[in-house]
Amino acid sequence: MEGALNIGGKVINNRLFIGTGKFSSYPLMKEVLEAAEAAVVTVALRRVDAGSKTENILDYIPRNCIIMPNTSGARNSDEAVRIARLAKASGAGNWIKIEVIQDNKYLLPDNLETLKATEILAKEGFVVLPYMSPDLSIAKRLVSAGAAAVMPLGSPIGSNRGIKTKELVNIMVSEIKIPVIVDAGLGSPSDACKCMEMGCAAVLVNTAIAIADDPVNMARAFKEAVQAGRLAYLVGLSSIKDYASASSPLTGFLRE
Amino acid sequence: MFIKINGKDEWIEKPANLAELIVNKRFSPGKIVVEHNFRIVPKEEWSKITVGESDNIEIVSFVGGG
Repeated sequence: MEGALNIGGKVINNRLFIGTGKFSSYPLMKEVLEAAEAAVVTVALRRVDAGSKTENILDYIPRNCIIMPNTSGARNSDEAVRIARLAKASGAGNWIKIEVIQDNKYLLPDNLETLKATEILAKEGFVVLPYMSPDLSIAKRLVSAGAAAVMPLGSPIGSNRGIKTKELVNIMVSEIKIPVIVDAGLGSPSDACKCMEMGCAAVLVNTAIAIADDPVNMARAFKEAVQAGRLAYLVGLSSIKDYASASSPLTGFLRE
Repeated sequence: MFIKINGKDEWIEKPANLAELIVNKRFSPGKIVVEHNFRIVPKEEWSKITVGESDNIEIVSFVGGG
């Protein structure tokens, strides 16, 4: 019915992007990524403790996945650019999710610093996917700056509150010609399905899967919801009416 | 002399190259990226960089994140 999603010259066969934070173990995370047949996977970059025996997370991410490091921890564009360069030097590819946050209560992104970092990193050849508050003007500027996709939040990170920004994301889907990917806050498969029905190109989910009682099956549920929502979008949803419209014939009643 | 590794003061007896420092301070060389005074140093150059008084070293790797 349609071609696969294409970002940064890569064909992506799964529109459920998965974050790797908060899993109770790397083996469990690996099982989730395999069950969901993940194509794009986020990771973070952090200081290493001397003598640490922690395993390498990349050993638990299937080889065919695109690794999308984030710049979490960055408070301004300079820090985001620094983290992005370190991530690229690790040999995990040239994708980067820009995340610039100064607000520790709601973890809302700083759109202006995000734009600055996007300008710099896109020029350096990164495939840049900025995490942003859904604002059409900024989204247009991000497109001009060379972003490969834009990633508006659904609701605050890890809140599981769902797609509270629906109206603004709808406007972005309508006006922005690069993929719109809802990132953050999606708490249930139905949230993800809704985003896909709206025409979003993909969703990024972490917390709702990682902290589920059964993350593997929750990942499967999200995957199926994403596929269902995408298919419904491609078909086109039927119009909403104010009054009833009978589904059964209005003739041949037994009452006369 | 003191140097900074990941924001903390660390004592070294004498100047050392990055490769030696990483082994001596018990970092796993396999999975890390190293910055010396805010410049990323590729692994093949570690042995060519001498770390001296007040130098700033960052040693990072990937962890889970969303």
